[in-house]
Amino acid sequence: MIPLFALFGSVLIASALLVILHKNPVTSALFLVLAFCSLAGIYVMLGAEFVGMVQVIVYAGAIMVLFLFVIMYLNLGRDVESGLPTQLRRGLGWVMGAVLLGEGVALMARRVVPGPVPSAAPMVQGNTQAIGVALYTRYLFPFEITSMLLLVAMIGVIVIGKGRAAPASPPPDDAPAPRLSGGAR
Amino acid sequence: MNAAIPLSWSLALSAVLFVIGVVGVLVRRNALVIFMSIELMLNAANLAFVAFAREMHSLDGQIFVFFVMTVAAAEVAVGLAIIVNLFRLRETVFVDEVNLLKG
Repeated sequence: MIPLFALFGSVLIASALLVILHKNPVTSALFLVLAFCSLAGIYVMLGAEFVGMVQVIVYAGAIMVLFLFVIMYLNLGRDVESGLPTQLRRGLGWVMGAVLLGEGVALMARRVVPGPVPSAAPMVQGNTQAIGVALYTRYLFPFEITSMLLLVAMIGVIVIGKGRAAPASPPPDDAPAPRLSGGAR
Repeated sequence: MNAAIPLSWSLALSAVLFVIGVVGVLVRRNALVIFMSIELMLNAANLAFVAFAREMHSLDGQIFVFFVMTVAAAEVAVGLAIIVNLFRLRETVFVDEVNLLKG
């Protein structure tokens, strides 16, 4: 347990450092995904399975996709190829793929005879049910407030994202500018 | 769950993560990377919550993590919308070059 914690912790700290040190925001975002995933592993080790899963789904899934979308939408990752030489990186990619394939082949070749299949009953139950019960009983009101918060954020993002008709640029594709302010109020 | 992880280790990890986030906010000038550093700090707080929840044998900490994640999601959505708007207005995401309240 402790070596695993040390492994996840060191990966977490290293990737967090790379997030703030790397020049390219796309790379930063990808290292942030790595940091979130190792943090999810630590959550699972600390007995918070549900939080770990939500961490992967919400952070590594939703939030980071939003980040990457904005980075690429704004076209900020221009100097992507400035790291390792492209040839070397491509070669490394092929080598890693070959290693992965070799692992799969080795696993198949060992032909692990499955013992008696563990029945589905002793599956670790985790704490998801307990969290759900607590959320819908003791914390029902904050939980509902949370949905209101998300609604407000959603409306706010739509209003901000529509923006005014940009005066400097040529007319954008969503032309009807006068109706925007009327709709926002 | 043999050989439980000491509370102090988790808290130390959380503190280190938080410091990295703070340094990122202070050092970097790219608004997107600053946002990522804020996410790191929120995650450090979450880690402290989970560690204490385990120590206290209580579930409340994990529920607070749930709420923090919701707030983080809302914050990221609004913040990225602001950044996109900023980029449309000023053609930059570097916070040093943004010095006007009214574009």
